[in-house]
Amino acid sequence: MTDAPQKSYYWIGFREGLPFLLVVVPFGLLFGVVATEAGFTGVQTMAFSSVVFAGAAQFAALHLMAEDAPFLIIVATALAVNLRMAMYSASLSVWLGKAPLWKRALIAYVNVDQSYAVSINRFEDEPHLTLSQRIRFFFGAVTPVCPMWIVATGLGIWLGDTIPDWMALDFAVPICFLAIIAPMMRTLAHMIAAVISIVLALVLSGLPYNLGLLVAAVVAMIVGAQVEVMMNRRATT
Amino acid sequence: MSAGYIWTIIIVLGIGTYLIRFSFLGLIGGKDLPEWALRHLRYTAVAVLPGLVAPLVLWPAANGGEVEPARLSAALVTFAVGLLTRNVIAAITLGGATLFGMIWLLGAY
Repeated sequence: MTDAPQKSYYWIGFREGLPFLLVVVPFGLLFGVVATEAGFTGVQTMAFSSVVFAGAAQFAALHLMAEDAPFLIIVATALAVNLRMAMYSASLSVWLGKAPLWKRALIAYVNVDQSYAVSINRFEDEPHLTLSQRIRFFFGAVTPVCPMWIVATGLGIWLGDTIPDWMALDFAVPICFLAIIAPMMRTLAHMIAAVISIVLALVLSGLPYNLGLLVAAVVAMIVGAQVEVMMNRRATT
Repeated sequence: MSAGYIWTIIIVLGIGTYLIRFSFLGLIGGKDLPEWALRHLRYTAVAVLPGLVAPLVLWPAANGGEVEPARLSAALVTFAVGLLTRNVIAAITLGGATLFGMIWLLGAY
């Protein structure tokens, strides 16, 4: 199995990224619709999706701009929503850090929730993969999703208000995230970290600038690591 | 909103987001991280994503931030299917079916 041709890891990644089209397409469509309603031109909306390339942060920024929030608050909130990607970056650097700089620069640009989730799952399940197999897998997983994010934004601009409410496009995002999270509940430590994250995020949701989510994430991460240490200690004594 | 203002936001957010994504991949690429750091990173995704999703599920903006039965049941089905089958596409498909089924049953729109 380890002698499988390198090209095949690109296609394995591609197949794993494919289901996320079900989510990325409605999400991109919705962004195109909402941004156009908020008064963005088609060019601005397309630039937003291709330059920032981060759905949740784009929606957060759009929402605050529509409410005439101050410039610094808009930028700080949208970047706070994206801070989780620093953790993705750190986590991926363990597996992809030895790649040449230009490849790491490209990986960073397309490092989104979906590509991170499927890649890290694969890298941890198959730690014997070579660097080049990992890189191929990552770009494979990104190939179906990333261009379609921009295409779907364009479709949303074009379709505008003609999408009916019963399509409930808004809920594509939570369903996608839940489908990614559920298979990650591998150990008690993972489950406890997830519960802490949920409880704290809800309790602290009143904090300004999305700080509640950041605090919840940091605490949940520390608790998860501590539970792992405790379980290892119990297993060895 | 002026065009200049919109473009400033797009460019600032684009640069900021890219720097966040590049941070560790760019700075410490190739260096080995200590075990305690790796242990924390294992919990990154389960620490961020559930907290991101929870308010969207419980207080959906589409329902004015109030609990909404179709979205709540769709969320529970998606999570349960994902947990039992470890299959992302099965979870998305059945969760989506639950959402549309419940919206139709409740006549929500």
